Amino acid sequence: MSASLATVSYIGAIILFILSLGGLSNPESSRRGNLYGMIGMAIAVLATVFGPRVSMAGVPWIIAAMVVGGSVGLYAARKVQMTQMPELVALMHSLVGLAACLVGYANYIDPMAALNLSSAEKAIHEIEIYLGILIGAVTFAGSLIAFGKLSGKIGGKPLLLPGRHFLNLLGLLIVIAFGWQFLHAESVSAGMLGLTVMTVIALLFGIHMVMAIGGADMPVVVSMLNSYSGWAAAATGFMLNNDLLIVVGALVGSSGAILSYIMCRAMNRNFFSVIAGGFGGGAPAKKSGGEAQPAGEVVAISAIETAELLREAKNVIIVPGYGMAVAQAQHAVNEITQLLREKGVNVRFGIHPVAGRMPGHMNVLLAEAKVPYDIVMEMDEINAEFPDTDVSIVIGANDIVNPAAQEDPDSPIAGMPVLEVWKAKTSIMMKRSMATGYAGVENPLFYKENNRMLFGDAKKMLEEVLVALKA
Amino acid sequence: MLIGIPAETRAGEKRVATVPEVVEKLIKLGFKVAVESGAGDGANCSDESYRAAGAEIIADAPRLWATSDIVFKVTAPTNAEVELMREGGILIGFIWPAQNPELMNQLAAKKATVLAIDCLPRMLSRAQKMDALTSQAGVAGYRAVIEAANAFGRFFNGQITAAGKVPPAKVFIAGAGVAGLAAIGTAAGLGAIVRANDTRAEVADQVKSLGGEFVKVEYEEEGGGGGGYAKVMSEGFQQAQREMYAKQAREVDIIITTALIPGKPAPRLITAEMVHSMKPGSVIVDMAAERGGNCELTEPGQAVVKHGVTIVGYTDLNSRLAKQSSTLYGTNLFRLAEELCKTKDGIINVNMEDDAIRGLTVIKNGEITWPAPAPKLPAAKPAAPVKAAPAPAHGHGGGGAPVSAGKTAAIFGAAALLFLLIGAYAPAAFLGHFTVFVLACFVGYMVVWNVTPALHTPLMSVTNAISSIIAIGALVQIAPPLGLLGGFTGRPDGWIRWLAVVGIALTAVNMFGGFAVTRRMLSMFRK
Repeated sequence: MSASLATVSYIGAIILFILSLGGLSNPESSRRGNLYGMIGMAIAVLATVFGPRVSMAGVPWIIAAMVVGGSVGLYAARKVQMTQMPELVALMHSLVGLAACLVGYANYIDPMAALNLSSAEKAIHEIEIYLGILIGAVTFAGSLIAFGKLSGKIGGKPLLLPGRHFLNLLGLLIVIAFGWQFLHAESVSAGMLGLTVMTVIALLFGIHMVMAIGGADMPVVVSMLNSYSGWAAAATGFMLNNDLLIVVGALVGSSGAILSYIMCRAMNRNFFSVIAGGFGGGAPAKKSGGEAQPAGEVVAISAIETAELLREAKNVIIVPGYGMAVAQAQHAVNEITQLLREKGVNVRFGIHPVAGRMPGHMNVLLAEAKVPYDIVMEMDEINAEFPDTDVSIVIGANDIVNPAAQEDPDSPIAGMPVLEVWKAKTSIMMKRSMATGYAGVENPLFYKENNRMLFGDAKKMLEEVLVALKA
Repeated sequence: MLIGIPAETRAGEKRVATVPEVVEKLIKLGFKVAVESGAGDGANCSDESYRAAGAEIIADAPRLWATSDIVFKVTAPTNAEVELMREGGILIGFIWPAQNPELMNQLAAKKATVLAIDCLPRMLSRAQKMDALTSQAGVAGYRAVIEAANAFGRFFNGQITAAGKVPPAKVFIAGAGVAGLAAIGTAAGLGAIVRANDTRAEVADQVKSLGGEFVKVEYEEEGGGGGGYAKVMSEGFQQAQREMYAKQAREVDIIITTALIPGKPAPRLITAEMVHSMKPGSVIVDMAAERGGNCELTEPGQAVVKHGVTIVGYTDLNSRLAKQSSTLYGTNLFRLAEELCKTKDGIINVNMEDDAIRGLTVIKNGEITWPAPAPKLPAAKPAAPVKAAPAPAHGHGGGGAPVSAGKTAAIFGAAALLFLLIGAYAPAAFLGHFTVFVLACFVGYMVVWNVTPALHTPLMSVTNAISSIIAIGALVQIAPPLGLLGGFTGRPDGWIRWLAVVGIALTAVNMFGGFAVTRRMLSMFRK
């Protein structure tokens, strides 16, 4: 295959990737979009393997590596539970980061790569390698920690080292200093020192960055790492003078960046304050400013009474949160939904953008349980409907339905857009205890007159409700 | 002026045109009230209670008719009553001028002024307080359910008792006019599962609001005939409607029919065959019995059992709830009296300029003024188009408040500086790639804003899969053709190969796993 043919194939692959992302604009076209992505990837890989840059001697190695990696990937894709999607995605980000590091190192020790380059070009090339490895290492380490936090292997509480901002700054200065040394290294082995030190610092930085972020901010972290893995690919593309990598890296990078932005806006937080971390556990300390205990009484309700309320309702809105994912309650939710819909109850779902641990997490879980997607609404679509709703049920969510965000200007979450469940005639809060959510903020909803608390594990409680409904 | 309330003479009629509570109000308007002795007996209103309210009790009908300036009646007067009527008197009650031309002529001969409460222009919202058709239909609808419950051998509501489980009764109501809606509300209130149908599609929401389920006829035709009544439908529609009724007949326990078309016999909705298909013990209440009945087997005025189904054809549902009907009817007439006597001095002024009164007045001083010209109404406003929902927050360029001018300037300044630096120092080859990079960022920005929030997780997993494109970097390093090396030796082939192989294996996990898991997720999204 000639070089031109390979380039044309790359262009075709780029178009397919763009179409692939474009297809996700609605569920109908998304399946085809995914297919475009697969075809694009196949074209890109085949054009490279049979292109001018790879000799036949490499093919057995490639096939072997592909088979090993591919089977691991397919196995994971089949086995993963939908509630574990955030973990899987985080783990996969780390692989991209690690691969970027490896490719960077391989490129650095390959004398062929820098052959026939002018000094300016060589400098740029080395900066590209340096940056590529830096981003790759941060992505790798950060994603691994995110995976650990999401899967519960590492506690969700933010780790706040004293002077952490100072530590980060120090790391950055060291990285720049060694970068300078790296650029002026005479030989590959001399440059290796700077590169290695930088990699270690980048890894530490990645770990530290994600460790400092609280559990509720995980959607931002996951989408940010998504963005990083894209930038790592783009940097590799610059390093290898490969436009395909640059374009795809840029697509993925901007996609992740937009998602992070959307998540931040949904929490009414500044991106930098999320990344600077510490929100998840720091907030309660700030509460000392005489915040009054919300007035009113907490009224508990039983599963049977909940079923009674649902049976008499005409309009029901269900607001799921991370608690539903943890309890794996989505199937019970679906059964209740179906039962109620058969009885002519108008059941809909209200999804807050940051519900769960990943953008769109709740949608995927509900889709898994076969809830039709046309009754699953976004926050903006459904918020106006609450006043006409008889019963709103909150399943394992807290901060995203906290009226304090609107009513209490001193609340740490003031101004955050929330689902206005308390405007329904009755709201039912399904929760294990009276504990606060990740933001550590008291929820005045518990004390509202029209609110009822259904204490217990979401799945167990919903199953009891279901039994009572069927009776 | 003296308002006379005669006893109703029609057989079985138990209502009375006013009740003691209303008598008091009429007296406050300046009227005097005379009630025939025993007029209120059927509606549990004794002569004493009328007297206590300030009315005069007159022993016999002839005297009452002779002394009254205004007579309030419920049903249309009989020939004998018209004979008793005073020359030039005023009569208010149900007249049905279209069905009773004979009566109209007799009344005209008496030089009477007649206000037919059934001719009220119902679309006038001002007239609703006087709308006796509505108030009486509501009572009848309620009573129809009670009659059904009486004839039905089971509970309406489902129950779980120590003695076993009771399924709820299924009630189908044909025609969702005032009577139908009242029946829906009553049956739903008793705990039954209520379904209803009407040729006017716009009442579906009203049905739902009362706790019923609207059953549609699978045929496109609009059945509103003006004035809140239905019109006769096309043959195709009727066919589809018959099928729907046949299906309901097999499923439900109770059918209540209320379908009437003005000036026409009641439509035949329930055939003998459908009755036959109903479960034994089922009940049909035919509220249209007086006009021929919606059910083929209805016998007006009777409750009969045919094919094991009780068919209730009572035509006196209102009399079976006489006190309630009379109170509501009396209040309607009181409201009308208020309109007629704005000065509150007990003198009636039949103002023909007033749309509502013009419509009601069928005879003025012996001159037949029926039918009234269509009231010059605020033409029924077409339902205001539903306001377009505000555009979703995501879309090109994203939502949120526009960034302030100063911030924008700062961003543009920084970008300009960055571009200047790159332009000044970067070699030409780099600029080519840089162009591609910047453009790709913008394409990504545009494309990703269009992704629906529901698909954010698949978006992440697919971008994850796509970012495995980094495999290309490893692929080109694994074994470059010797020609490219240009005879260069000393390349640490072994090291590079192993790094590249590991890189490929890692990205292959993403490549296959990412697409596969995305596919798995997307296949779950269904309507």
